[in-house]
Amino acid sequence: MSEQRTEVLDVSHLEGGYGPIQVLHGFDFHVAEGEVVVILGANGAGKTTTLRAVSGMIQRTGTIKLRGEDISKATPPEIVRKGVAHVPQGRGTLPELSVEDNLRVGAYIRHDDEVDDDMDQWFDVYPVLRERRNQRAGSLSGGEQQMLAVARALMSRPSLLLLDEPSLGLAPIIVQDLFDRFSHINKDTGTTMLIVEQNAQLALGIADRGYVLESGHIQIEGPADDLIHDDAIRKAYLGV
Amino acid sequence: MELFINRIFDGLSNGATYALIAMALVMIFKATTLINFAQGEFAMFGGFIAYVLATERGVPMWGAVILAMLLSALLAAGIERTLIRPFDPADHLPLVIITLGLFLAINAIAGIVWRFDPRAFPELFPSGNATSIGGANLSWYTIFTVLTVFVVAGGLTLLLNKTKIGLAFRAVSSNLESSELVGIKVGPTLQFGWAIAAAVGTLAVAVFVATPVRQIEPNVMITGLIFAVSAAALGGLDSLGGAIVGGLAIGLVQSIVVPYVGVPSELSLLAAVVVLMLVLLFKPSGLFGTPAVERV
Repeated sequence: MSEQRTEVLDVSHLEGGYGPIQVLHGFDFHVAEGEVVVILGANGAGKTTTLRAVSGMIQRTGTIKLRGEDISKATPPEIVRKGVAHVPQGRGTLPELSVEDNLRVGAYIRHDDEVDDDMDQWFDVYPVLRERRNQRAGSLSGGEQQMLAVARALMSRPSLLLLDEPSLGLAPIIVQDLFDRFSHINKDTGTTMLIVEQNAQLALGIADRGYVLESGHIQIEGPADDLIHDDAIRKAYLGV
Repeated sequence: MELFINRIFDGLSNGATYALIAMALVMIFKATTLINFAQGEFAMFGGFIAYVLATERGVPMWGAVILAMLLSALLAAGIERTLIRPFDPADHLPLVIITLGLFLAINAIAGIVWRFDPRAFPELFPSGNATSIGGANLSWYTIFTVLTVFVVAGGLTLLLNKTKIGLAFRAVSSNLESSELVGIKVGPTLQFGWAIAAAVGTLAVAVFVATPVRQIEPNVMITGLIFAVSAAALGGLDSLGGAIVGGLAIGLVQSIVVPYVGVPSELSLLAAVVVLMLVLLFKPSGLFGTPAVERV
């Protein structure tokens, strides 16, 4: 890790919500090149809303800089084209489409001829997806769908991957495997990651830094190693 | 027996038109889970464009039909952009009201422009009979109308499964939000669906009236739409193959069951509605539709 890192994402005064209900009350955070950053928080803290603000799915104010360029007015399809991939909560696969078509649609914005190679690579990583390439994504198990959703997001070759509660509803052993995979992907491809999670222990285990979000404000921030030993966090999120 | 076979042939050629309109309905339904009640009127309007091009501008008949398909696609794309897209796609009631409004508006405009007197439409297929089965004549018209259905279904299937816009269309049909998150522009993709549906509808009307026994007039598709909606629902609303089976089945019900059961022909529309009701009651996802069940 070098001292001088470029900021991939630099967010300040972020406010946003749904209609008249404001969820995010103006906070700052940033993610540097190659980092894995986790945003922790309880239900309703605004974690999902934060990611949706970054990827343009909701109305938001403040500045959201992606490699220096303000994307706070951009639409989701524009933001995807700037290299941001978002795995929404609850998998967000396309249930009626086959596994293969889900991966192909992940590469929708690409115009190169390496899509098939990338797809093969993901089939190597997750052989179960190869076995089920012609099955409807909706027929996969929860864990398989999450693998597919992650692989599909990475098919766009993003420089920033947003993961919204990837552990939700999955068996612990599958979750551990999934997070190990995130760590590998981060190290192998250098993909910067912003993960929103309730499972603090797991997420901090692979993260460089973390933020704790409470009622739309950031309460605590710091290196993952510090947070994992922080008494307040241990009480609130680690159940010890 | 001869009469019976003749009725089968009649049912097939009527059913082919219902199947084509039903396929147009399926395209829109797949994308928006909305039934476009103006689909039949879009088709009628497109049919008139073909009529004008062929009879008044001297365009060769098939050229006129293809040109009319393109023009009606453009028109539908414009309507989608101005009247459909401003509304929330998840809120169906306003959209249904708009399609009903379009139904009335297009019908009225066609009436003003072309008046309500029926006009003979040039033939698209060879006239005369291809063969005779059991004393009943199978006309080239019947053969080609049924063939048209399969050609259109094949074309649409290729378009949906082998092209990038087709993939985007299927993605948007499956999940709007996830589609946006892979970079698909949802609006233009749905617009593509409206355009394709309009083109298919125009072809349907052109084929329907391209026989001396029928003529084109602004009300030509009003009953046809009811039959087509029943056909689409019978087939499953999101299945092109289902639309074909549904269309042909409704055509046969209309031409065989109705006369044999002794339903007055004025009530044959009711037969379609009864089929629709039975489907909704006992098999809401239709014969080939995707049941709304998924693992979570």
